[in-house]
Amino acid sequence: MSHVWKPVWVVLAIVGIILGLRFIIVPPDFGIWDRGYMYGWHRHSAELFWKDQFKVKYKGRDYCNNCHPDKVSSILASSHKNIQCEDCHGPAIDHPDNPPKLAIIKDRGLCLRCHAYLPYPTSLRSKIAGWPNPDEHNPGIACVNCHNPHSPDFSKPDLNKEVLKVKDITERYDGN
Amino acid sequence: MEIKRRDFLRVMGAAAAGATVGGLFRTLTPKEARAAVYATNKKRWIFLVDTHKCVGCGMCVRACKLENEVPYNDPVTRTWVERYVILKSGKAIQDTPMGGLNGYTADDPQGQKINSDDIAKAFFVPKLCNQCEKPPCVQVCPVGATFQTADGVVLVDRTWCIGCGYCIMACPYGARFFHPIYHTAEKCTFCYHRISKGLQPACVFACPFGARNIGDKKDPNDPVTKIVLTERVSVLKSEYGTSPQVFYLGLDENVR
Repeated sequence: MSHVWKPVWVVLAIVGIILGLRFIIVPPDFGIWDRGYMYGWHRHSAELFWKDQFKVKYKGRDYCNNCHPDKVSSILASSHKNIQCEDCHGPAIDHPDNPPKLAIIKDRGLCLRCHAYLPYPTSLRSKIAGWPNPDEHNPGIACVNCHNPHSPDFSKPDLNKEVLKVKDITERYDGN
Repeated sequence: MEIKRRDFLRVMGAAAAGATVGGLFRTLTPKEARAAVYATNKKRWIFLVDTHKCVGCGMCVRACKLENEVPYNDPVTRTWVERYVILKSGKAIQDTPMGGLNGYTADDPQGQKINSDDIAKAFFVPKLCNQCEKPPCVQVCPVGATFQTADGVVLVDRTWCIGCGYCIMACPYGARFFHPIYHTAEKCTFCYHRISKGLQPACVFACPFGARNIGDKKDPNDPVTKIVLTERVSVLKSEYGTSPQVFYLGLDENVR
């Protein structure tokens, strides 16, 4: 064996080590998959994480209707029918197991998200009944003390018999 | 043994030609052929925002944060609602406090009190990841931690992301940020875990006014696809060539 071949073996050994390390470090499901080299170069289990393992928190009105059909039907008969239960009651997650009780948002800020009047002509916002100066209307008192969010329309008194009782108006929802 | 130059060139030329032709033409197995056909029949998720219907309540931002475990009170969000107030003088005021998380409850863009008679037009524009057909954020990722699924959604691999932030810089829409807990790139997934199960994304679900809609571009009977195909829709920053897949009704020149 001539000494001139020595650099060849060194190079081959380095290539072999690199390929070996690559085999160990790169996960077996790392590949190009469906979208080609430029956009699809990824670990397939990451795609499955977002698809299957990530938890659904907002369960939808049908889920609520399983146990609270009276509440669901009352809001569906009102002008608030487009608002999902979980918008105000918070995501159900695994309710009633976890959390056993949902934290309802009762502060004025929630209602004012739509019912603070804004004079915005090209937006649907200006067509919603609202207060230009909400602080002038019973400041500090929760809207739901007087207005039932499940039947907010005062022109339908028969729907307004269900008076909402709010024990603690200072209870605020922190979102967690 | 001695090789003549002529023979050497002939053999090498034939070998090179053979390798090229062999690489260009390949017979697919029946399984590969079937997979290639069905791959074209997959969904392609698109989004439609009707800015006329948005009232700036911010319920979408709230639902997104709670659904996708984005820290609620941190100033980062996967989707946000911008407010535009254009005065009769031509001056445009735009603000997005906390991404519109708490809604817009006063006519005070940028903290300025506006006389309602001075307003020429004012509106809200919800924004989110455009799930581009040619996502620049994916192109720049040096480790393959962000990628596009076959149905068009761009996702982030949290265990593979090294947090270099290239993708955050590459996105022309500012749709990416660092997750305050995982310290990896974070972005809107169109709620991939929900749409894969037949549910709507959390923001679409939470919107009481139908301003946000999700659709499948490959289904010609999909109501969103019908609107995108038959009505005058626009996209954001088409000049970047990213082919964004979030379509807007009622955009204004002041919206960037």
